[in-house]
Parts: sequence; structure tokens; C-alpha cells
Amino acid sequence: MSGRAISLLVAAIVLALPLSLLAGRVWLDPFDPHLRNAAVILIELRLPRAVLALTVGAGLGAAGAAMQGYLRNPLADPGLFGIAPGAALGAVLSFWTGWAATGWALPLFALIGAGGAMALLALIAGRSGGIALFTLAGLMIASLAGALMSLAISLSPTPFAMSEIVVWLMGAVADRSWRDVWIALPLTLAGIALLIAAGRSLDALTLGDMAARSLGVEPRRLQVLLIGGIGLTVGAGVAVAGIIGFVGLIVPHLIRPLTDRKPSSLIVPSALAGALLLLLADMLCRVLPLAGGELRLGIALSLIGAPFFLHLLLRMRRELA
Amino acid sequence: MILSAENLSLTRGRNLVLDRVTIALEPGTVTAICGPNGAGKSSLLMTLAGLLKPVAGRVELDGEPLASLHPRQRAQAIGYLPQTPEVAWDVSVANLVSLGRLPHRDAGDAAVAHALDSADLGSLAQRPVSTLSGGEKARALLARVLAGEPRWILADEPLAALDLAHQLAMLATLRTEAESGTGVVLVLHDLTLAMNHAQRVLVLREGRLLADGPPEHALSSEVIAQGWNVQARWLGEPGAWALAVS
Repeated sequence: MSGRAISLLVAAIVLALPLSLLAGRVWLDPFDPHLRNAAVILIELRLPRAVLALTVGAGLGAAGAAMQGYLRNPLADPGLFGIAPGAALGAVLSFWTGWAATGWALPLFALIGAGGAMALLALIAGRSGGIALFTLAGLMIASLAGALMSLAISLSPTPFAMSEIVVWLMGAVADRSWRDVWIALPLTLAGIALLIAAGRSLDALTLGDMAARSLGVEPRRLQVLLIGGIGLTVGAGVAVAGIIGFVGLIVPHLIRPLTDRKPSSLIVPSALAGALLLLLADMLCRVLPLAGGELRLGIALSLIGAPFFLHLLLRMRRELA
Repeated sequence: MILSAENLSLTRGRNLVLDRVTIALEPGTVTAICGPNGAGKSSLLMTLAGLLKPVAGRVELDGEPLASLHPRQRAQAIGYLPQTPEVAWDVSVANLVSLGRLPHRDAGDAAVAHALDSADLGSLAQRPVSTLSGGEKARALLARVLAGEPRWILADEPLAALDLAHQLAMLATLRTEAESGTGVVLVLHDLTLAMNHAQRVLVLREGRLLADGPPEHALSSEVIAQGWNVQARWLGEPGAWALAVS
């Protein structure tokens, strides 16, 4: 049962959220009689930023849990399917064309990029429903999108556009508004719902491909659910926050021992833990004194994530030895 | 509920692995599929389970084409146990067995408890799968199939990794299932086990049905010579035959 893990995580988020609203370059004192003056900071800056961190983290956590279940591999990451690079490519093109400055273009381009990667994935993987072909198609799309992104950066029309692209790719939820929340939240929730719907099929896959099919799993339907679910969660996340790695990899790992280890039991707790991790990491970014601005969220998570990944690998090596 | 195949042909890649196989299997019996390596035993079992699509002919369940059933309906009727036992996540035995209820979309607590009992796993229900021995794991995977309460159990080499005592225990479980009306079809490598424990034997060779009948006929010295190119004869008595190879 994952009920205990869920209530624990919800409680942690309920505790962390007010703290994250108060923390920052300017600390807010909840007992300050002049707190009312800070209402604008709270409602227009910190609250949307916190909600966005929760949303993006939830999407990445759930996508990671579903990916690991599908590939039956605890080291799988949602980036493997090429959807995040596809979305990033879309966003880079919006900078490249200069349309990023006009309100909705950046997230819209990113979502189109994610959609393009999803469509390509569905097209290549075709009707076979095979996992190996699907993964290879994802890797191919990821490297293609990566190459095109590098091309766009190297051909960027102005040095300003280039630096904008590079900074954006580092991932952050700083200086976001409610508009970004309204873009990401519904898409992420819809994506998580699709991933939850894939839960039973992912459970059946525990027994392998053939046994899963003998239990009534339809491989094509499962792929459609996963492409939709991961596309929406990861695509929406990249559209509003850029590339944020490692959440989808680390979170399901940390959560798995708290559940019965069935893939379906992992999706909701991973969403909650991803939300919590991103909320805390973003708070840390704001609080850490850093010359020339604040630490980018994407960099912070890579700094936490890479050593963690190494730790995992070393532990696996010990287990194999 | 008869499981039948008519003129079943199957290709994998460019190879014809099943060549116009026609059989009708009756519930309530233990049927063994035997044959040399590469004869098409596992392919036949998977096609009967509806997991591979034949290029010609069709499989029918009680006269209804298997391909026309919804995958979930088919899964409720036919339980399939693959040859290579795989459990990707370290779930508990009880959770592993309850995966068998997926086609029914219910917890099926009574069926899961009964399956755990039948496979003699009651005391191991809460143990993580990774801590089981090979024999215990094989029993847990069989219990997973039993938990789905299928009308047909199709198992690919379920005895291969087991020692003698566990082989006999698992055969006893399968026989009990057959006696209660379930159809049991096993791919068996070991001709002695097939001879002594199956009520009907199908012998395949190069994708064709070489023999079909009670074990004494389907596994006669002549058939073994034809199918395996081995001169052998049975010694002993019914229920306790041993194969002497000369």
C-alpha cells in the first residue's frame, strides 16, 4: 500500500509550502504587522513560483515512475523518450525567431515541440508495440532534437538571443507568473491522469512482455497512454521551466522502498515527492547567496542529482560484486 | 470449453515454425507438448494462448475465434506461464500472485488466498520475491496463473528449473486443477515426466504434428526414433516408466 507514503508526502508539502513563500532574498516575517505590504510579493511572485515548482515537479516525478515501470529499469529517465529535448527544441526556436518575447509564443512553441516528438515517437514505434524499438526511437528523437538545438544556438542571430537560449535551457521557475501556472497545471494534471490509467498495465509488465500480454495488456494502448501522459507532463514542464533533469530519475528511486514496489503504487507518491523536491530545491536556489543572481534550478538539481546517480551506480556495483 | 486449432501455420521472421497443425484439446486433462529443440513447442503454446498471430488457420475457444475475443476476456479464460520467469520489481509474493487478478479488475482476495494455498506458499505470502529460492519462485509464478482462475492453463516448461520433489509437487497441483475441470497444457522437455504424468501427448517435429494421443502411443519407441533420432524403449510399468536409451 502506498497510502502511508502519500499522507506523509502531503503533510511534508503542507509544511514546506508556507516556508517557501516566506523564504527568499527578502525574508518575510509572518508575525510582522506590515506583512500586508508584502502581499504583492506573495501573491504575484512567490505563490505562482511555488505552485509552478510543485506542478513541474509532480509531472516529472510521475513521468519518471511510469518510465521506470515501462522499461522495467530503475535507471530509466523520462528524457529517454526524446519528449523533453523536443519541447526544448521548440522553445529554442521561439528564441531564435525572436517570438519568445511575445507572451505565449515560448510555451506554445515548446508544447508544439513536445507534440512533434510524441507524434514522431508514435509513428516510428508503429503498430508493433515493442519496447526496444520504442526506446530506440525515443533516443533517436532525443539526439536529433539535441543536434538541431545546437545548430540553432550556433546560428543564433544575435549574441543576446544565444545567451537567452543558454540561460533558459538551464531551467528555472524564477520570474514566472500565474499565466505559466495556468499553462502547466491543467496539462500536467491531465498527463498524470493518463499515467495513472496506465498503472495496471505497468504492473502486469513486471512479469515480462509476454506474460503481460497474456494478462490482457494491449501494448499499443499502453504506448498511447504513456506517450500522452509523459508528453503532457514533461512537455508542459519544459514549456514553463526549461530543462530540469534528474527529478524523474531520483524521485521514483527514493519512493519505491516506501511502497509495495508495484509500478502503479509508485505514480502518485512520485508525483508528490517530485513536487516536494522541486519546491525545496527552488527555495534553496532563492536563499543561497550567489554573486550575480540566484542559482538556476536546473543546475541545482543536476548538482544534487549527479552524485546521487553515482551513489546508485556504486551501490549496484556492490550488489553485483 | 474446447481449445482447438485448425490448420494453424505460423512464421517467425522467414521461418515457418508451425505447419498446418490441427488439434482439439479437452478441458479436464493434462496435455503435454513434446518435441526436439526448435520443433515449435513454445510457438504452438503461445499461439494457443492468443499471443502470436498465425499466418494461416485459427485458434478457437469453444468454437469462437480467439482473435475475436477482447484481450481481457481472453486473459480471463486462458492463463499463460512463460518459460523464462521474470519478476522485474521486488514485490511481495502476495502482490505477485495478485497480478493474476488483473484481467478481472478485482482484488479477488479469496482466489489469491486459494492460489497461495494450492502452491503451498501461505507462509511466504509477505516475503519479497528476491528472497525466494528457485523452486519457491516457480511456485509463486504458477500461483499467479492460478489466481486468475482461468479455464485453461498453458505453461511453458514449468518444471525445467525444479528438483525432483518440486517437480512432483507442481505436477500434483496442476493435476488437481485438471481434475476440477481446468484444461492444462504443458510444454515438457522431459519425456519421462510426460509419459508418466500427462494424459495426452502431442509430439511436434519441424512445426508439424508427428503424433497425438495417450502417452503410450504418442511417445512410443517408433515416434521417439522419428522425432528425436534416438533409439529408446520404455522400461517399467504404467505410472513409473523409465526411458532406456540404447
